[in-house]
Amino acid sequence: MASLVIAEHDNKSLKDATAKTITAAAQVSAPVHVLVAGSDCGAVAEAAAKLSGVEKVLVADAPLYAKMVAEPMEALILSLVPAYDAILAPATTNGKNFLPRVAAKLDVPQVSEILKVLSAETFERPIYAGNAIATVQAPAGKKVITVRTTAFKAAETSGSAAVEKVSAAPDPSVSKFVGEELSKSERPELTSAKIIISGGRGMQSGENFHLLEKIADKLHAAVGASRAAVDAGFVPNDYQVGQTGKVVAPELYIAVGISGAIQHLAGMKDSRVIAAINKDEEAPIFQIADYGLVADLFKAIPEMDAELTKLGY
Amino acid sequence: MKVIVPVKRVIDFNVKVRVKTDGSGVDLANVKMSMNPFDEIAVEEAIRLREKGKTTEIIAVSIGPQQASETIRTALAMGADRGILVRVEGEVEPLAVAKILKAVCDAEQPGLVILGKQAIDDDSNQTGQMLAALLGWPQATFAHKLEMGDGKADVEREIDGGLQTLEVKLPAIVTTDLRLNEPRYASLPNIMKAKKKPIDEKSPADYGVDIVPRLKVLKVTEPPKRVAGVKVKTAAELVDKLKEIGAI
Repeated sequence: MASLVIAEHDNKSLKDATAKTITAAAQVSAPVHVLVAGSDCGAVAEAAAKLSGVEKVLVADAPLYAKMVAEPMEALILSLVPAYDAILAPATTNGKNFLPRVAAKLDVPQVSEILKVLSAETFERPIYAGNAIATVQAPAGKKVITVRTTAFKAAETSGSAAVEKVSAAPDPSVSKFVGEELSKSERPELTSAKIIISGGRGMQSGENFHLLEKIADKLHAAVGASRAAVDAGFVPNDYQVGQTGKVVAPELYIAVGISGAIQHLAGMKDSRVIAAINKDEEAPIFQIADYGLVADLFKAIPEMDAELTKLGY
Repeated sequence: MKVIVPVKRVIDFNVKVRVKTDGSGVDLANVKMSMNPFDEIAVEEAIRLREKGKTTEIIAVSIGPQQASETIRTALAMGADRGILVRVEGEVEPLAVAKILKAVCDAEQPGLVILGKQAIDDDSNQTGQMLAALLGWPQATFAHKLEMGDGKADVEREIDGGLQTLEVKLPAIVTTDLRLNEPRYASLPNIMKAKKKPIDEKSPADYGVDIVPRLKVLKVTEPPKRVAGVKVKTAAELVDKLKEIGAI
């Protein structure tokens, strides 16, 4: 049969998470169809049609799907499910929100946040915040899967799939979108940033995070924090990287004034390159850092800033 | 209105997890166990609802071994009124947990179920959503703020890139994110009082739920280990190195 990928988008542009999920889906069950559920989302469907490996794009274009509210999404996906043997969504807040409802209705277990596809029914997924990796085998029948997108390469854009309209499913009318407040930061989001610079208790105050923001703006990086910095009230909780915060895996993670508590490491140790600046030579962060600098951050960060300026950043 | 709060006994979030050498799982012997941190937030939120007069009874439910009654006691010490322990040994998957909780909801008829968004052991992030689907109730996951209204609730949710507000009809399912509240510590008098609060003991069979795992865990391994790299002497050298390897 085929697999169905639920697209991540904002009605205007298709998110990279979709292209990565398509790569995973192609390994589970080909061909791959993509469902774009949204409102006035024609451009998104066009973008999805260009991704390699996609055979067909289904578009459910209705105001009901503008914000991908879970209950209508469940009804829509269930209406399409009979034609597929695998349903996949990126493990974004959207995918995590609606997909378990689909699994429950199909009476199958969901395999969450897969890192690797070993066979059509065998997957690797992180448990204990990535401190252990479980190899799991799903039972026969339909597979319902969310994908940790940092673990897969994005599908290329050399395809030309057919785009087909599908009708909206009945509205369960049990919930209503009221509003949203999206962060206005020019900086990328923590979970999708290629570079992250995070501060810990060593930052000493919230004001001092401006030092990191200057570097972040030069590198188009996101700014994060350890739980210690959040608990100390330096920055809000949505900055938190760690087991109980956000799990990230950027190309480069720069840890500044972070000692490296287990709970923090669990959230960032899958980063491709880790750099750490800490004045304590014994700080555990150095045990996992590719580049370590033992220095006072209040001296090192301005120096780093100056060097970046010198190099034209 | 009753509120049900499911609580899970998990490895304490401060404990370093060790994978068993035979690949069969994670070593749980002599390891400190605690209530799942997101569930603590759920219990706290339920108590705050009662303090605002929005709920009359808080029921803490745990599905786990005998020791999970300690987790229920913690919830009772924080302020929950009574507990239900559904005794099981071994792993129970989110779908089976959701089925048991559905049966508990059918019996108790709560107006709201508040769950942690995920347990920090299996990190599935499924139970609340599955329960909502099985009950046919609306859900507001990853809650950042909860306002109870008349027959409805307004929930501000943490989504990628910001916050979203949903209005859900009651009864509903809410799952907690980190910023919803800061859970209280139980006071000594309340810990003493909690010892007298009732805990009902049940089995999955009482609810007619088959808990045999469907997802087979073939093995559990350690993630690839990182090794310490090199030390650089100056911040400028650090920048140069990062540029050299194409990281910036």
